[in-house]
Amino acid sequence: MKIRILVRPKEGILDPQGQAVERALPALGFDDVSNVHVGRLIELEVADGDAAAAQVRVAEMCEQLLANPLIESYEVEVLK
Amino acid sequence: MTEKRGGYTPPSTPPHAGASSYGRRKNTVGVVVFPGSCDEADALNAVRRAQGLEGRTLWHGDHDLSGIDAVVVPGGFSYGDYLRAGAIARFSPMMEAVGAFAAEGGPVLGICNGFQVLCEARLLPGALLANTSLRFVCRQVDLVVENTDTPFTRSCTDGETLSIPVKHTTGRYFAPDALLDELESRDQVVLRYASGHNPNGSLRDIAGVCNEAGNVFGLMPHPEHAIDSLTGSADGMKLFESLAWVAA
Repeated sequence: MKIRILVRPKEGILDPQGQAVERALPALGFDDVSNVHVGRLIELEVADGDAAAAQVRVAEMCEQLLANPLIESYEVEVLK
Repeated sequence: MTEKRGGYTPPSTPPHAGASSYGRRKNTVGVVVFPGSCDEADALNAVRRAQGLEGRTLWHGDHDLSGIDAVVVPGGFSYGDYLRAGAIARFSPMMEAVGAFAAEGGPVLGICNGFQVLCEARLLPGALLANTSLRFVCRQVDLVVENTDTPFTRSCTDGETLSIPVKHTTGRYFAPDALLDELESRDQVVLRYASGHNPNGSLRDIAGVCNEAGNVFGLMPHPEHAIDSLTGSADGMKLFESLAWVAA
C-alpha cells in the first residue's frame, strides 16, 4: 500500500522559505500569488492490509519521527 | 583587536581542581560523537582545559556511560541533519543512554546541533527553525546570563554578558507563546541574545534553555569556540568550568 504524507509548517509559524518563494514569483511575472508555504512530501509503502489501520500506524510515525508536531502539521493520504 | 567583554577571570577553585594530589578524581565529561559531528574536538579541548575536568569521547553506537559525570552533545550535522536537524540522532543507542542519564539528574549540555538533538529528543522544550534570513550566520554575539542556578552557569553572575560566537542556519528558537511564558516563569531561559544581537529571529531573544529540573541545557552559540582570548573571547570557558562543581 502506497502512502503519501504532506508535512507543512504549522499555521501561524513564520515561514521564511514560503516568503522567499512568494517574493521571487513576481520577478517572473507571476504577480497574483499570495500565501506561499513550503513543506515536505514523504512517500512510503507499507504491507498491504487494512487502509484505516495503516492510517493510524503512519500517524504514529509522523508523531514520532516524520514530523515535529510542535512546529509542523501533517496529512496522511492512502494511495491505491 | 576586539576588546574582551564579559570580564572573564578564572573562577575560585572548584572542589575537584587539583584534586588528584588529594587522591580525589576530576569530573569526567563525555562528548558524544555522531557521524557528521564536527565540533567534538573543540568541545573536548575545552573540557580538558577547564579546571577540575577531564574528558573522553562517547561513540554514538555505544551506550555505556559508566564513570561519566556530565555529557556534552556537540555541534555539527549529525546523520547529515536529514529530515530535520537532530531528528535522526536521537534514536542512536548513545542518545537513549543519555536520556536515561538525564532522567536520573545527570547534567547534559547540548551545543548547536546538540541543542537541536535534545529538542528533537524532547529532553528540552521547543524547536529550532531555519534562521529568518535563511542564511548561515557566523559571528560573535553578546549573551546575557539570566539564570546562574544551573550546573552550566554556576561560574557566571546574574545579568553578566558573555561574548560567544554563533554559526548556524537552523537556530531560530521557537515554542508556542504559552510555553514561552511558562519557561520564563520557571527561569528556564538561561541565556538570551543581548539587545540587537539576535542573529536568527529566535522568539524573545532566547539563546539557551534548560529543562524544568535544570540538568539539561541547550544553546545555539558555541562556548567551545570561545575559550582563549587569542581568538577574541574566553567567556565560553565559564560554562565548562561550571561543570567542575557537579558532584561526582
